[in-house]
Amino acid sequence: MHIVVCIKQVPDTKIIKINPKTNTLDRRSAPAILNPYDAHAVQEAVNIKKELGKGHISVISMGPPPATDIIKKSVEIGADEGYLITDRAFAGADTLATSYALSKGLEKIAKARPIDMIICGKQAIDGDTGQVGPGIARRLDIPPVTNVLEVLEVNEKERTVLVKRKTSGGYEIVQAELPCLLTVEKEVNEIEYAPLPNMIKAARYEPVIWTVNDFEGVDRTKLGLKGSPTVVGKMFTPPRPEGGKKLEGTADEQVKQVIDIMLERKELFFVK
Amino acid sequence: MIEEYRGVWVFIEQNEGVIESVSLELLGAGRDLADKLQVPLAGVLLGSEVKSLASQIIAYGADIVYMIDHPVLKDYRTESYMKGLLKLVETYKPEILLYGATPNGKDLASAVATDLATGLTADCTMLDIDMENRLLEASRPAFGGNIMATILCKKDRPQMATVRPKVMKALEPDETRQGKVVEETIDLKEEDMRTKVLKIVKDVTETASLADAHVIVCGGKGMGDELGFQLIHEFAEVIGASVGGTRDVIEAGWLPYEYQIGQTGQTVTPKMYFAVGVSGAIQHVVGMKNSDVIIAINNDPNAPIFDVATYGIVGDALEILPKLIEQFKQIRKEMGGEISYA
Ligand SMILES: Cc1cc2nc3c(=O)[nH]c(=O)nc-3n(C[C@H](O)[C@H](O)[C@H](O)COP(=O)(O)OP(=O)(O)OC[C@H]3O[C@@H](n4cnc5c(N)ncnc54)[C@H](O)[C@@H]3O)c2cc1C
Ligand SMILES: Nc1ncnc2c1ncn2[C@@H]1O[C@H](COP(=O)(O)O)[C@@H](O)[C@H]1O
Repeated sequence: MHIVVCIKQVPDTKIIKINPKTNTLDRRSAPAILNPYDAHAVQEAVNIKKELGKGHISVISMGPPPATDIIKKSVEIGADEGYLITDRAFAGADTLATSYALSKGLEKIAKARPIDMIICGKQAIDGDTGQVGPGIARRLDIPPVTNVLEVLEVNEKERTVLVKRKTSGGYEIVQAELPCLLTVEKEVNEIEYAPLPNMIKAARYEPVIWTVNDFEGVDRTKLGLKGSPTVVGKMFTPPRPEGGKKLEGTADEQVKQVIDIMLERKELFFVK
Repeated sequence: MIEEYRGVWVFIEQNEGVIESVSLELLGAGRDLADKLQVPLAGVLLGSEVKSLASQIIAYGADIVYMIDHPVLKDYRTESYMKGLLKLVETYKPEILLYGATPNGKDLASAVATDLATGLTADCTMLDIDMENRLLEASRPAFGGNIMATILCKKDRPQMATVRPKVMKALEPDETRQGKVVEETIDLKEEDMRTKVLKIVKDVTETASLADAHVIVCGGKGMGDELGFQLIHEFAEVIGASVGGTRDVIEAGWLPYEYQIGQTGQTVTPKMYFAVGVSGAIQHVVGMKNSDVIIAINNDPNAPIFDVATYGIVGDALEILPKLIEQFKQIRKEMGGEISYA
């Protein structure tokens, strides 16, 4: 079983500080991290490998050279090897161009070792789109199963995977043929502490680095900014609606007014 | 030839024969865009035995319903739905195609965008038309919601976007509206499908009840501590409301994550929303600003929550809430009414 996990380096938007006066963000405050959903994706690959008793886990990322860090981090969690696609030609990619570039990388990986399963995070917290995973699945023509809450069974013999998938009204149980692509929610697993041997391996690990010249027959018009149909038109602070009325008077008087407002809509509070 | 593409489409998501409310909201938003562009608005319906839903789609604002009804389309699956939608898009060429930003809507939109090699903007909260260039302006929160970014797709069609549930408003349904139903066929075989839906489970958890609540009392960090936050529970209890919290409250552990309202929590649109000890950060406001009536209690007269509140009370929540609770208990007794836990 060869599982490949797509991982992205993102600024930690949870820690990112916003200057409330200027409404701008202080970029220095946000360290670059492994996209949290992708950490769960790597962990899930590790769990599946453990469950099956064998397997091989590769990770792939497209991004600037510092993304080496998140590949090392994945090796810590339990990945066997990592690939970094890095080249100016890929810069400015939207989700369409990103899925194209990653699919080229995945095809190259598959040539050396056929891929049985691809796992992506549900979304990357910097763009929050969740579009890259299904995009890759289309380009490689394998079925995607998004929003996976739990991997119930991987059946190597039958070449199927059984998962619990989130829906808008609850969840569903889906069976997919291998090879397939899963995108995972945070609920899919708990990240485990990295065992010491993994940490030692990670510290010394150097990923395989590919530039655009490593891909034969790549269509350069589909890469980076050129290959991106969407563009950012403008940025603006969201319009703030006009504030309403401030209630006057002492606390008791204010309370009385609130009660009157509520009683005007009393059907909301009382039923016969 | 992008000029060939005309019309605004909304993908109508139905699950087990019930249309998702976000699809109806999008018909409302789509109507607006179609009127601006002076083109028809269409709903796209895929499923099995769903023909009866067409009239509802028209009542909510569509001029045309494009439909494929096929047994293989019974449950949502990327492969089968994508094939159906691609066939319709390639035949009838819309200039704009909108989807609800639900798990299925996002999944379908991402797959279709890849095959059509067109642009897709995720999780939009505002839609407009640049009339001069006849372009969809799809705006979404960026950088954690502090800024909105307007995304354009200039050269490819259709221009596609997924839109968050509960931010657009559905029209009042008009049963007398007339529209056209266009049915297409498609060749799908179950044996060719590489995925199977074995079981569908409905989940009526807290999250669902908060999303549907008529009245919400949301407490913020300004309640001081967990004990102070009890006042929020108590007030909600006497008026029969649901409780919500800000991210800071969830991070403090006063409420579980399912109760978080805002950009990274839930979007809610109750009839009445109480924001108590809530500063009104933009990430919170995007999740509640479409409530009908917003009542804010905050001791800081400059708190941004007052910019969105219909009624504002500058005062100490720890003093005001007990009074409200007391008086409401009294009213409840006098009216002899039951409280509806809507
Ligand atoms: C990427 C990102 C996503 C986020 N997503 C969300 C989200 O989904 N939801 C969310 O809520 N936040 C979110 N936030 C956090 C948001 O920016 C704010 O930090 C948060 O909403 C503030 O919570 P608060 O109003 O409870 O606390 P505070 O900002 O601390 O406000 C407390 C308020 O209570 C008032 N107060 C204090 N004492 C009293 C008293 N006795 N009586 C009355 N008023 C009193 C104060 O004047 C103050 O205005 C997000 C932030 C980021 C960066
Ligand atoms: N540059 C990238 N390199 C590797 N994987 C990526 C990249 N961008 C997105 N992904 C994968 O696609 C998922 C969804 O990302 P997004 O569509 O950008 O929200 C992520 O969780 C990753 O698994």
